[in-house]
Amino acid sequence: MTEHETLPEDQPGPRSLTDLFFTFTWLAVQGFGGVMAVAHRELVERKRWLTQAAFVEEWAVAQIMPGPNVMNLSLVIGGRRFGWRGALAAMAGMLALPLLLVLLLAVAYDRLGQHPAVARALRGMGAVAAGLIMAAALRLSGGLKGHPLGGLACGALAVAAFGGVALLHWPMPFVLLGLGSVACLAAYARLDP
Amino acid sequence: MAAPGPLVLHGWDWLQLFGHFLLLSLLSVGGALTTAPEMHRYLVLQQRWLRETQFSSSITLAQAAPGPNILFVALLGWNLGMNSGGPLLALAGVVLSLTGILLPSTIVTHLASQWGHRNRHLRAVRAFKQGMAPVVIGLMLATGWILARTPHDSGTNVALWLLTAVAALLVWRTRLHVLWFLAAGALLGILGVV
Repeated sequence: MTEHETLPEDQPGPRSLTDLFFTFTWLAVQGFGGVMAVAHRELVERKRWLTQAAFVEEWAVAQIMPGPNVMNLSLVIGGRRFGWRGALAAMAGMLALPLLLVLLLAVAYDRLGQHPAVARALRGMGAVAAGLIMAAALRLSGGLKGHPLGGLACGALAVAAFGGVALLHWPMPFVLLGLGSVACLAAYARLDP
Repeated sequence: MAAPGPLVLHGWDWLQLFGHFLLLSLLSVGGALTTAPEMHRYLVLQQRWLRETQFSSSITLAQAAPGPNILFVALLGWNLGMNSGGPLLALAGVVLSLTGILLPSTIVTHLASQWGHRNRHLRAVRAFKQGMAPVVIGLMLATGWILARTPHDSGTNVALWLLTAVAALLVWRTRLHVLWFLAAGALLGILGVV
């Protein structure tokens, strides 16, 4: 049926629940300061489970739905081939080892947290982590080629969303719903029935 | 001096906490940290179950550790349990908090995503996904920007901005593994360059 439009025969995907669990464990433990940039790199560029365009689409769903974005992304991708069990396997992979690490860190923090070298190292890593997220966004913009709204309108929407949240400090849900509904209506008008 | 409050939870309190997190889960559109202000109001100001420093260090630690940022909720649960008795209660607090904040949103998102996938040929579903794409990319840039700006609240640090910009450019343009960049950031921090 239409399955092949989004999942061609040679499109790799998760092989099993175990594969899902460990894939998401691996990308979660690399995700300092946020998992999204790593998720993009692992799922799109290394594993090729998703195309650039598909990643943007799934990320849009993950953002618009309630719940943490990267958890939503993992459950959407896990659920795609394996239903409920896949969603749970992916989420469990995302949480289990990082949870253990963060609890150990909390215990260690009482002793080491005040050490200035630790604070400086964390600051340097934080600056890099911010750069990673921007890089993921720049890479994803490549997935907008052939977009029904055209390059100019896409650029304007992205700049408006950035400006509203980063510079004007509007709440993200409002920007997402406000700009998003304008963009969706415009896309609806441009798409074939 | 204001009363320090009990800093201890009893049976009924845990149930209230669970209910509060279940509700917040459905309201947490836009990411894990959007609910943090409401959690702060409830846990620190209203119920006085957590100290101010416990709340802020939970967020900082979860940001610094690998993994999803939502783990700050696990640390809140951990601290609530430690305040109430010790490590066993703390583990119970972790499970209760994480389950509360994740269960409702997971069910809703899973059902919506399965529905959207079954109906992906519909014009409305295609328009939703394609229309959201440029907005989502703009928001992603904004997230990076906000994270990059936070340490500059107490004065601009040019070297730190430069590190963010160079990391963004190199990750965009090369295929080096991200852990190399994070290690470099940590090293530059320890050496006092940034």
